[in-house]
Amino acid sequence: MGDTDKLRASVEAWRAGVDKSLAKHPERKASFETGSDAPVERLYTPLDLEGEGYAEAIGLPGEFPYTRGVQATMYRGRLWTMRQYAGFGTAEESNERYKYLLAQGQTGLSIAFDLPTQIGYDSDHPLSAGEVGKVGVAVDSLVDMEVLFAGIPLDKVSTSMTINAPAAVLLAMYVAVAEKQGVSPSALEGTIQNDILKEYIARGTYIFPPAPSMRLITDVFAYCARSVPNWNTISISGYHIREAGSTASQEVAFTLADGIAYVDAAVKAGLDVDDFAPRLSFFFNAHNDLFEEAAKFRAARRMWAHIMRERFGAVNPKSWMLRFHTQTAGSTLTAQQPDNNVVRVTLQALAAALGGTQSLHTNSRDEALALPTEASVRIALRTQQIIAYESGVAETPDPLAGSYYVESLTDRVEKEALAYLARIDELGGAVRAIEEGYVQREIQDAAYAYQKKIESGERVVVGLNKFQVPEGRPTGLLKVDPSVGERQAAALRALRLRRDGARVAAALRGVDAAARGDANMMPPILEAVRAYATLGEICDAMRAVFGEYRPGSTF
Amino acid sequence: MPAKALPSALEAAASILRGDERALARLITGLEDGDPAAAGTLRALRGGSAAVGQLTAQVVGVTGPPGSGKSTLVDKLISAYRAKGLRVGVLAVDPSSPFSGGAILGDRIRMQRAEAGPGGGLDPGVFIRSLASRGRLGGLSRATAQSARALEAAGYGVVIVETVGIGQSEIDIARLADTVVLVSMPGSGDDIQVIKAGVMEIGDVFVVNKADREGSDRVVREIRAMLETGATLRQDLALRQGGAAELQPVLKTVAETGEGLPELVLALDARWAKLNASGELASRRARGAAAEARSLLAERALAELALLEPGLEEGLAMEIVRGEREVAEAAEILFSAIRK
Amino acid sequence: MDRKIRVLVAKPGLDGHDRGAKVVARAMRDAGMEVIYTGLRQTPEQIVQAAVQEDVDVLAMSILSGAHNHLFPRVMELLADKGASDVLVVGGGVIPEDDIPFLESKGIAAVFGPGTPTSATIEFIKANVKRR
Ligand SMILES: Nc1nc2c(ncn2[C@@H]2O[C@H](COP(=O)(O)OP(=O)(O)OP(=O)(O)O)[C@@H](O)[C@H]2O)c(=O)[nH]1
Ligand SMILES: [Mg+2]
Repeated sequence: MGDTDKLRASVEAWRAGVDKSLAKHPERKASFETGSDAPVERLYTPLDLEGEGYAEAIGLPGEFPYTRGVQATMYRGRLWTMRQYAGFGTAEESNERYKYLLAQGQTGLSIAFDLPTQIGYDSDHPLSAGEVGKVGVAVDSLVDMEVLFAGIPLDKVSTSMTINAPAAVLLAMYVAVAEKQGVSPSALEGTIQNDILKEYIARGTYIFPPAPSMRLITDVFAYCARSVPNWNTISISGYHIREAGSTASQEVAFTLADGIAYVDAAVKAGLDVDDFAPRLSFFFNAHNDLFEEAAKFRAARRMWAHIMRERFGAVNPKSWMLRFHTQTAGSTLTAQQPDNNVVRVTLQALAAALGGTQSLHTNSRDEALALPTEASVRIALRTQQIIAYESGVAETPDPLAGSYYVESLTDRVEKEALAYLARIDELGGAVRAIEEGYVQREIQDAAYAYQKKIESGERVVVGLNKFQVPEGRPTGLLKVDPSVGERQAAALRALRLRRDGARVAAALRGVDAAARGDANMMPPILEAVRAYATLGEICDAMRAVFGEYRPGSTF
Repeated sequence: MPAKALPSALEAAASILRGDERALARLITGLEDGDPAAAGTLRALRGGSAAVGQLTAQVVGVTGPPGSGKSTLVDKLISAYRAKGLRVGVLAVDPSSPFSGGAILGDRIRMQRAEAGPGGGLDPGVFIRSLASRGRLGGLSRATAQSARALEAAGYGVVIVETVGIGQSEIDIARLADTVVLVSMPGSGDDIQVIKAGVMEIGDVFVVNKADREGSDRVVREIRAMLETGATLRQDLALRQGGAAELQPVLKTVAETGEGLPELVLALDARWAKLNASGELASRRARGAAAEARSLLAERALAELALLEPGLEEGLAMEIVRGEREVAEAAEILFSAIRK
Repeated sequence: MDRKIRVLVAKPGLDGHDRGAKVVARAMRDAGMEVIYTGLRQTPEQIVQAAVQEDVDVLAMSILSGAHNHLFPRVMELLADKGASDVLVVGGGVIPEDDIPFLESKGIAAVFGPGTPTSATIEFIKANVKRR
């Protein structure tokens, strides 16, 4: 009898024994599920990993297929970047917050923009009323960006900007600020989110229809490959897909499907895959189910490595590596007993570290209620610092590898995600699957199923549907000064009087002409930005040519 | 002799004719709920409009498989007719859930317009109403035809009715619309979304939408081929009547961008002109009204039956199952129960 | 007479977080209501026009951007202009408790915060909808 057979026999005996004792010692529940509702077995053993060669499936850190991480020494070399997403009100206020965060030991900036900026409206647009400065900083023109980064040397920080539909414009503004600081674009480091597909799927800040949007994205790829080589040109995001209610496997599947669509588009646009793929980055969510989440990150890395090498024929190992940012799950935070959220964030951050993230944002405990206060932001940052410096999980790469449970979870996430990818290929790719509403419907179904389980009590959320306490109103929440809108509008009026109107008009004609043709959009956008054309004006010029996206019903 | 309109009905009708959207919306709700007062208002409204020769809306049905782009097309049609100065009423019908009786009505998303009308506010010349099919399996709600007539009487020059092409609804749409636009699209992968056989007959204008996608020409060819087969079968008849069977137009559109829309509007206009000139409009509407009345009659009879002789139907059915009675006999018994 | 509760579910403002609105819409459908879903970025004018044309009993608005104090009162004003103040209006999303008294003073019947079970919203509607 071989070792495996011996093991199989003893496991069977064990199962039989347990089955017998169940009558007397029943389990807590009839069935057990992961956070994403996948079944969890009573026991995991080497039998669950059978037929799997260690080298091909798991491998070594820093080596294909990168299941164990993209660097050989992982956090022994350098810890993940601690990057808290922040920004609100005016550029001045945000600038102060950034300086505070840098002083607190944060190692990268992460800029949140308000909704009008994200949708390409100036602060004085009628649809901006009530929204200016609310969920991030308002940027109307280069003037605001100059203030936003005043006193922050752009060659010394890495900056991540959560901006999508108008990403090209905001990147151009960043480059223009750098120019004014005397910093060469080639010295800039950072990321723009630039991921329009997940906006259609889950986040909603789209402007243009898919075709011109994809073109803008590949234009940014091409421009950065030449001029801003250290810039992450896109952050392909599963975060918002998960927030919208997807499962872990769906998060991986739909994110990678979007990634495939971008690579496809860029290759079709004539770019060499190895010229741009090393600058692709990803952005995932971290939920409470520690093992499933860690497994999710591992599965995503392995899948992407295969996709890039086999599907796209990339030969540069950097093209195979899935590097990602993680944010803890806002949707898991409860407004009830908000201090409990610190514990949730800890579990989630731990999952991200165990999963080998390159950078991490930890949510603040009061985010389910309003913008976080400074004290909450500090606890959130301290949470990841404690994990990094005190927990010991950063001392060796991929410490969960070899766990029968985690490896089989990794396989399961991969298998489910591959099935989704096959379905999406059948539908004609991610863009088509989104247009048809397929992706959105799958997510909505999962979100609704989840909600029903919470309401039935089948799934316990501490403080929400179990262990509740009578609570007063939370206090001390940060509020944005409602006059931000008026101040931005006044500044815009002043700018329009001050700037060289003829230069602005000419630059906007340049944007219009480029939009109609097929030259790279970045140079004319950069020229418009330098001329102090506003974000709204530049986006309007493109709207006039590209049209606007209108979603359909996806029920 | 028709009953005299109640003063409240006259008042409501007058409000609607003055352009009170809320009163019109209320009327449609009443029709949906089977409120007898609403029936009175509709009579008063149509009476008033008929008197001034205003019952002249072109009623266009738009039907086809889920996701084929019907709402997007309707949205573009709204713009086209608004540009001609016509007021446009839209009824968007979605199925009710057979489990809960509830519904999510999502067509409006695509048709809402952000652009301002002449007054600076939203365009008052467009009235969109979402209706659930309410129990009629796959079919249109009873109120759909009545609501279309209400919109016509309220002065909407074009009334567009969107329905998903499943089950009973094609038959219903052919009854209530003057012109039926059958929408299809190139399928994804191998399963080509050709219109179901048997449904072809109701199409007056065929649209292959999403023509920006591969395979639209093939769908056009397939539809033409099916229409030609149908026409050959009808040819004899047409020849005997002294004309040739005319083929329905088959048009390609990209609703998303508006490509092909002018051609569609032209086809609809041509059809409308022909219906009016030939007198076919009146006969078609009369046929539709008769059919509608017949189904109301059937519904009414069944309701009456349930009221008069509860359990009679079920009892007879069991007798049939047991072999004690034949279906025809049972029908005879039911019929006499109603006639009593 | 077959009376159904008709609800307009709308997202005013610019935020694109519609998970909650969609979950609530589905729950309402499963509770037998007819739900008109109008999607993202609706202006108060559009919302009120839809509420009037659709003759809804209930208007449910969800907003997570923080613009509620600006947009909700505007919707209430426009409803009043159209003589449609009898529509039951409820709000949801991320709305700080401190803002609720103000919104209620403008005629919003209830504000449902994060974590509210859909059943609570539905029960509230069934109990408070004005039968006509
Ligand atoms: N590529 C392409 N997509 C289109 C076109 N017309 C509509 N669509 C897309 O098709 C999807 C469905 O459009 P709808 O107008 O909602 O289709 P529908 O037939 O009304 O759908 P249901 O009412 O759900 O049956 C949307 O995502 C539209 O953007 C077109 O001409 N080309
Ligand atoms: Mg539709």
